[in-house]
Amino acid sequence: MSATIEAPRAIPPAAARESDEPDVPRRLGTRRSASDKAFRAVLLTSGAAVLAIMGFVGAFLLLRAWDALSQAGWSFLTTQAWEPDSGNFGIAAILVGTILIATVAVVVAVPLALGVALYISEYAPTRIKQSLVSIVDLMAAIPSVVFGLWGFFFLQGRITDLARWLSTTFGWFPPFQVPGSDPSDPLATATVYTSSTFIAGLVVAMMIAPVVASIMREVFTQAPVGEREGALALGSTRWGMIRRVVLPYGKGGIIGGTMLGLGRALGETIAVYMIISPVFAIQWHVLANGGSSVSSLIALRYGESTPFGMSALMAAGLALFLMTLVINFAASSVVARSRSGASS
Amino acid sequence: MTTLAPARTEVRRQLTGIRVSDLLNLCGAGAAAIALTALLSSQLAPITSPLGFVAVATAVFLALYALLVSLTERGVAVRDRLVTVVVHGLAFTLLAVLVFIVVFTFARGASALPHLNFFTDDMAQAGPLDPLDVGGIAHAIVGTLIQISIALAITIPLGLLTAVFLSEMPGRFARLVRTVVEAMTALPSIVAGLFVYATLILALGVPKSGLAAATAISIMMLPIMVRSSDVVLRLVPGTLKEASYALGAGQLRTVWQVVLPTTRSGLTTAVILATARGIGETSPVLLTSGFTAAMNTNPTQGPMVSLPLAIFQFVKSPEPTMVARGFGTAAVLMLLVLTLFVVARVVGGSNPLKKDARRRAREQQRRARADQRARRAKRTSRPARTAQPVPQEQS
Repeated sequence: MSATIEAPRAIPPAAARESDEPDVPRRLGTRRSASDKAFRAVLLTSGAAVLAIMGFVGAFLLLRAWDALSQAGWSFLTTQAWEPDSGNFGIAAILVGTILIATVAVVVAVPLALGVALYISEYAPTRIKQSLVSIVDLMAAIPSVVFGLWGFFFLQGRITDLARWLSTTFGWFPPFQVPGSDPSDPLATATVYTSSTFIAGLVVAMMIAPVVASIMREVFTQAPVGEREGALALGSTRWGMIRRVVLPYGKGGIIGGTMLGLGRALGETIAVYMIISPVFAIQWHVLANGGSSVSSLIALRYGESTPFGMSALMAAGLALFLMTLVINFAASSVVARSRSGASS
Repeated sequence: MTTLAPARTEVRRQLTGIRVSDLLNLCGAGAAAIALTALLSSQLAPITSPLGFVAVATAVFLALYALLVSLTERGVAVRDRLVTVVVHGLAFTLLAVLVFIVVFTFARGASALPHLNFFTDDMAQAGPLDPLDVGGIAHAIVGTLIQISIALAITIPLGLLTAVFLSEMPGRFARLVRTVVEAMTALPSIVAGLFVYATLILALGVPKSGLAAATAISIMMLPIMVRSSDVVLRLVPGTLKEASYALGAGQLRTVWQVVLPTTRSGLTTAVILATARGIGETSPVLLTSGFTAAMNTNPTQGPMVSLPLAIFQFVKSPEPTMVARGFGTAAVLMLLVLTLFVVARVVGGSNPLKKDARRRAREQQRRARADQRARRAKRTSRPARTAQPVPQEQS
């Protein structure tokens, strides 16, 4: 940026200046070379192109969804069935299903991720710390279809025992009830416990836990050394130091990481699609067979849709997008406002 | 935002050290918990599932451990020990499960991997009942490589230029672009796939093909790429840029010879991590690329299968050989991601700014450790205690 100072030659001698009018700040201007101008034009074009592409995706989704939205009106939010061609469709069931899966995932993943993050940043010996960080980051990059495979071929068959135990022990808590199960019958079939929201949530939890742990660990390690030592010098135990220094400092990271994990969990398709057996009714019983999510609905129905059915799917996709959007923005504003600030 | 690293970074002290009594407490509580739970489950209330056994044993263990520690320590210390055990337990559980998921995939795919034809053949001649020495996933590997290459050819230039735009021309427009890009990182991948399906395939009549799939992957990768490169570019110290301007360099020159070389490793890491994300995405490909069992190297014509989609199709079959092929494909996909990741680590590790800071930190840590050793040698009469910070002087 070649900043040229205008009128540099008229530096008046000190004596003359006193008699003149008071000092005026010089005007600084920038004269750009031709190559710089071209460069800035290219940059501006690419920025505008990205804006146009992203804006087009959003606008197109809204436009195509409009057909379905205007026909369904408010009942789009309250109808549970999904029969767009007979005009009876809504996202009540699938949205609740999506949120339930994400809730199970977050409830399972966050304590585990918090444990891993604290372990790596506070307890792990220095020798293995760096490799643990690498392992967690690598796990965050594993494709979701691999988690789906694990859930379908391994977890599904083995988790029914736990589901049965949960439903018999905590059956008084309504979401844990399983209609159609008979705990007193030892030969009862386990199928009422398979393909449930709970299992899908567990698989998604394993998927998001490394991401959440990675964000939390990043923030925890940034907690100021001086404050840690101050706490220790005042006689606190290691847990006291963590509770009074590390956790308050990393609060933004904990909340932001959790919300980013939640956003991922809401949008996850393939792992959920492999596990769950779709039901288009609100399924509050997380342990019971059947459930649904917006993304698995899209994967299930896109191929056989009429133009209007496509529009309805677009509307469902748009609703999902809006939800993840709100969560992501909330997460980034929480992180940006916290003491640790936004590092990524 | 980080500017130049301060001349001396603060280094954390290592607070470790285990006393014999801690170890004994742990072992005692563990043994007692297992014994007590076994007694409970065999004599009083039968616990049928192994998971239930573990859950009860864990609860009993925590209670017993707290009791043992409280015999000698005050409440604060008891809480500290309990939390230590819980954190270790949680961390170990998650890491073990994650490692198990990887090992499980490799183990189930092990029967498919040793066959050379698995990597060199496609599935055109192989039916679902054929043994593993017929057919392979060459078509999926080639498809993945073609699709990701097209996606990278779109996203790298556009993504990097936009990131440079965001950092070099700040203003209201840049803020708008940044907000929209940030918003689009929230776009679920299936919705990106649905968008391409509705525009390219249904409205414009492009057939389901590798090109459509690559477009869907690009739409998903572009915001990730812009965002992570933007973060890297913002780390360039302002002083470096100003030095370049002060020497009379223009903006293009400064970006080309100062900003990009400084952040080269960071940008490479951003690109590679976005690639890893793009390679593993199944859902946009599911909607847009179609499925074929034969090799197809033409991205504009005919369906083209990629690795994640091949996995998905293989495991739909009830045949054990097909499932084994699915797991083998998953293992190949993970190896691919692992390779990309290692490359990113190696490239990212050579960041001059970071490297310097790390070297300095290591040096200080070494000095602190030597200091600590010297002090410990001085008071050999006293045993080492847990969580006892040793004051350090540094020159």
